[in-house]
Amino acid sequence: MYQTIVFLPLVGFLIAGLFGRSIGAKASEYVTSGFLVISALLSWVAFFTVGFGDGETFTVPVMRFIQSGSLDADWALRVDTLTVVMLVVVNTVSALVHIYSIGYMHNDPHRPRFFAYLSLFTFAMLMLVTSDNLVQMFFGWEGVGLASYLLIGFWYKKPSANAAAIKAFVVNRIGDFGFALGIFGVFVLFGSVNFDVIFNGTQAFMPDVENSETVLNFLGYQLDHHAALTVVCLLLFMGAMGKSAQVPLHTWLPDAMEGPTPVSALIHAATMVTAGVFMVARLSPIFELSHTALIIVTFIGAFTAFFAATVGLVQNDIKRVIAYSTCSQLGYMFVAIGLGFYSAAIFHLFTHAFFKALLFLGSGSVIHAVSDEQDMRKMGGLRRLIPYTYWMMIIGTLALTGVGIPATLIGTAGFFSKDAIIEGAFVGHNAMAMTAFILLVVAAIFTSFYSWRLIFMTFHGRPRATADVMHHVHESPMVMLVPLFILAAGALFAGVIFHEYFIGHDYEHFWKGALFTLPDNHILHEFHDIPLWAKLSPFVAMLLGLGVAYQFYIRSPETPRKLAGQHRLLYAFLLNKWYFDELYDFLFVKPAMRLGRFLWKKGDGWLIDGFGPDGVSARVVDMTNRVIKLQTGYLYHYAFAMLIGVAALVTWMMLGSSF
Amino acid sequence: MTDWPLLTTVTFLPLVGALIILFIRDEGNSGVRNIRNVALLTTAFTFLLSLLIWAGFDTSDPGFQMVEKADWLDSGISYHMGVDGISMLFVILTTFLMPLCILASWESVQTRVKEYMIAFLVLETLMIGVFCALDIVLFYVFFEAGLIPMFIIIGVWGGKRRVYASFKFFLYTLLGSVLMLLAIMAMFWQSGTTDITQLLTHDFPAGMQPWLWLAFFASFAVKMPMWPVHTWLPDAHVEAPTAGSVVLAAILLKMGGYGFLRFSLPMFPLASADFAPLIFTLSVVAIIYTSLVALMQEDIKKLIAYSSVAHMGFVTMGIFAMNQEGIEGGIFQMLSHGLVSGALFLCVGVVYDRMHTREIAAYGGLVNNMPKYAVVFMIFTMANVGLPGTSGFIGEFLTLIGIFQVNTWVAFFATTGIILSAAYALWLYRRVVFGALTKESLKGLLDLSTREKAVIYPLVLLVIFFGVYPTPVFNVTAASVEALVNNVTVSIEAANGGMSTALAH
Repeated sequence: MYQTIVFLPLVGFLIAGLFGRSIGAKASEYVTSGFLVISALLSWVAFFTVGFGDGETFTVPVMRFIQSGSLDADWALRVDTLTVVMLVVVNTVSALVHIYSIGYMHNDPHRPRFFAYLSLFTFAMLMLVTSDNLVQMFFGWEGVGLASYLLIGFWYKKPSANAAAIKAFVVNRIGDFGFALGIFGVFVLFGSVNFDVIFNGTQAFMPDVENSETVLNFLGYQLDHHAALTVVCLLLFMGAMGKSAQVPLHTWLPDAMEGPTPVSALIHAATMVTAGVFMVARLSPIFELSHTALIIVTFIGAFTAFFAATVGLVQNDIKRVIAYSTCSQLGYMFVAIGLGFYSAAIFHLFTHAFFKALLFLGSGSVIHAVSDEQDMRKMGGLRRLIPYTYWMMIIGTLALTGVGIPATLIGTAGFFSKDAIIEGAFVGHNAMAMTAFILLVVAAIFTSFYSWRLIFMTFHGRPRATADVMHHVHESPMVMLVPLFILAAGALFAGVIFHEYFIGHDYEHFWKGALFTLPDNHILHEFHDIPLWAKLSPFVAMLLGLGVAYQFYIRSPETPRKLAGQHRLLYAFLLNKWYFDELYDFLFVKPAMRLGRFLWKKGDGWLIDGFGPDGVSARVVDMTNRVIKLQTGYLYHYAFAMLIGVAALVTWMMLGSSF
Repeated sequence: MTDWPLLTTVTFLPLVGALIILFIRDEGNSGVRNIRNVALLTTAFTFLLSLLIWAGFDTSDPGFQMVEKADWLDSGISYHMGVDGISMLFVILTTFLMPLCILASWESVQTRVKEYMIAFLVLETLMIGVFCALDIVLFYVFFEAGLIPMFIIIGVWGGKRRVYASFKFFLYTLLGSVLMLLAIMAMFWQSGTTDITQLLTHDFPAGMQPWLWLAFFASFAVKMPMWPVHTWLPDAHVEAPTAGSVVLAAILLKMGGYGFLRFSLPMFPLASADFAPLIFTLSVVAIIYTSLVALMQEDIKKLIAYSSVAHMGFVTMGIFAMNQEGIEGGIFQMLSHGLVSGALFLCVGVVYDRMHTREIAAYGGLVNNMPKYAVVFMIFTMANVGLPGTSGFIGEFLTLIGIFQVNTWVAFFATTGIILSAAYALWLYRRVVFGALTKESLKGLLDLSTREKAVIYPLVLLVIFFGVYPTPVFNVTAASVEALVNNVTVSIEAANGGMSTALAH
């Protein structure tokens, strides 16, 4: 069954990719979507069998991969609760996005290619989440990167799409640079890249074991067990930062919105960007042992959550707002990871997949309705024209902002998962926990504000689009709406149904050790017992954001412009995303190009060739030119030269013999 | 099977083909067609025959197999052939690529077809000979003689600056060759034999090893090419005809790596250990330096040439990590690079045949009318970038994991190569293939022809196959590399142990 789940999308990709042209677009769509639906249904079966059954972790072998020296990595599928949760997330969202795309892309001439890429992405993602060793995970990791690159650049005629695609790939590669080094480090420390061996080999690294023996020499530092593990964890985390768009490797994600909207929903919201969170959760047995690494993870997560939320406040492109929101929510997940609250991170990942995919597909439906316009300043007043989309977006926003009644079980998905993280931050034992709590609450205010701002700007107020566009506004077809309905159900009920299993009483029985926590990590119980004001803080934050957004965009729409005028610098700072792109361009991109040109022209051209082959041949030519000058053709010149030669020879012989 | 000299047959079969071509008159269409057909059939048959080598190869035996030996001139020098796990796959790589090269030149070479095909067939014999020779003099003959046809191929069928390129190529390689010849003579005087199998077990004095090592290094470093003696490569590639570039990148460059594995490492283990930091430095400089240079290139072939230098940096680094992962990774990287860079040059050849320019700026938007070409070029670009699932990944990953165990600084800097390679390769792809088709001159281009598909598709399959299932390669290399690593480690430990006991006294 697991092979079927993982390899059906690959088969779909091959069919649509190789024969798309001959079987036609319709057939490609049905084949790939059909396969994905089968995979998704089987994933749910797997989810209930593994998550709610009593089975142990098991591995499904597939094929040999790399065996060299002591490195031994096979293709294999590791199945435990963490895997099946991810299978459900990936395949459900992917299947819905496939179906949705049938409607969304119906005018595109390259549909077989599009569906092939989507299925390729799904396959790579499945390889990632089912991997039983780091090399296979790296395969999936880079595979999703490839698919992301291809899909961002899907409309290859747009220069901006091509640039965004390259940026996504290269920035991810910077993360992968760390990830690769981390894999090497794990290999040196544990002698293997297989998860079973790694997880069973952690005794020497336990925090209470004193061991000052040097186990890794990294960049001149002699590291003992604990320090080595911290370094390795941070290197691995660098990979996670790239993939999950954490500051400072976040710059590719907003640009990735150049891709078609279903892609943004699938890859850049629900699945691929959460791979970093998944990876750290998968490696919880080693991350949990490095306190320092977890502090840094907490900080990066909290800072990203805050940073992205601030930028989201002022963006005008509907997709970019949601993109920054994704970036911010990923920050929440990393805070949970950093607190040792892995289950909350995965729970938020799970619920976030539903409501963020819903928001993206919903915004796709909006864009579809207003003739491919993405600027919210040119929307407004769409509520009555596209009511289904409107209500779906409302549900998505309610879930994202975590609407619910505190201390009860009434609430949307985000209410359970996001509040758990914020509450966890309040009780967390790590040095950054309190900072994280404050940043997350502030980010929650901002989240609520920009989410409602999006709703108000898009659907309320007077229409700002041209009459022509408004005339063409239409509700999307059922093939696009049904996926929205299903996701909306998830966004509303996933929290209340599953929270007992993910982070509640059934934790042990559900996870069955798939996530590792140290014996003194009690966050799972402690996050319930916090003061009322702390428990209420996310709720208050949500109301505050909503209130301000209502004031700004419904009651007095001129306020935001006035405010922006008064704080021009701050506004520009936020609008330009804290100038990260400009900074990187100045620090890395331009110098790399200048250096490249310098090394080429001066290094290769002037230095090496000049003193090497060209120099040698030039000197040879010089020499021969001089020799030629001696050949004057006059007999007395030659006679004179000969005479000097004879004289020199005689002198030398006379002197030589006298010694 | 044992009494049939398989290696000799495979080695000299192309020469027979060349002789036949010599007697075909190249007048008129039919004559030229016959010449092409004979060349193709010869190389294809040689390839099929060479598969018997793989089939008959005993993967558990780390030593030389299918050995043939005959005295030569009664001089102590012998005609001695054989393959082991290190050399065998290079023979297959050579025989596999040659028919593709002939096919790639099918239409692009129209002048002096007869001489061209003869040059290629002679070149094939010499290249196979290099990998099979078990006598150092024989090796030297093959190694150096191989330069001549290549020199001619660039100088006669090359581009505008072909004379400059071929002289540069010759000048560089000549320097290394002279020193290597001196070293070979010194080795003969010291050990009294030219037999590689005996030299491998001979202990060269510790004081002599550095000099011999350096002499061989001079030759192999140029061949690799390592930084800073790499500047002949971009020029040679740019000027060479497509098939010449393919052979150059895919096979001739591998002779340097092969030489390090066959001579430097096992024969001078102490010097290798001493000079390893030098190799590491040059490798890392090559990876970063040439990747940056590649980023700024304006000529497609030059860009790929520079990326070759960077990839060879991984090879030298892996070899001198002197552990199983590093060396097997190095070998794999060489084989993979043979397929990938060869394929990339073939891809350039496809558009060069149509447009007669290699300027990146002259292209753009090819995906619009050449979708199949765009797909294969994408696959090879990704393989060049080292994407997992393609053969390019395995070698890069193993060499890096090998070096990480030895020196993390080197691993750290070398790993930046994965960022830089992504940058230059994807940027090239974007400028050539993506974008709107705005240039008038490009609008009439046709997608891959049947002949071009026949050349390129097999490479696509292999690049992906070995990326997903590299085991067949590791089965072949494992035993020999393990023996090599053991011998080197034992020698180094013996020397260190000897020194410490000497100190103790």
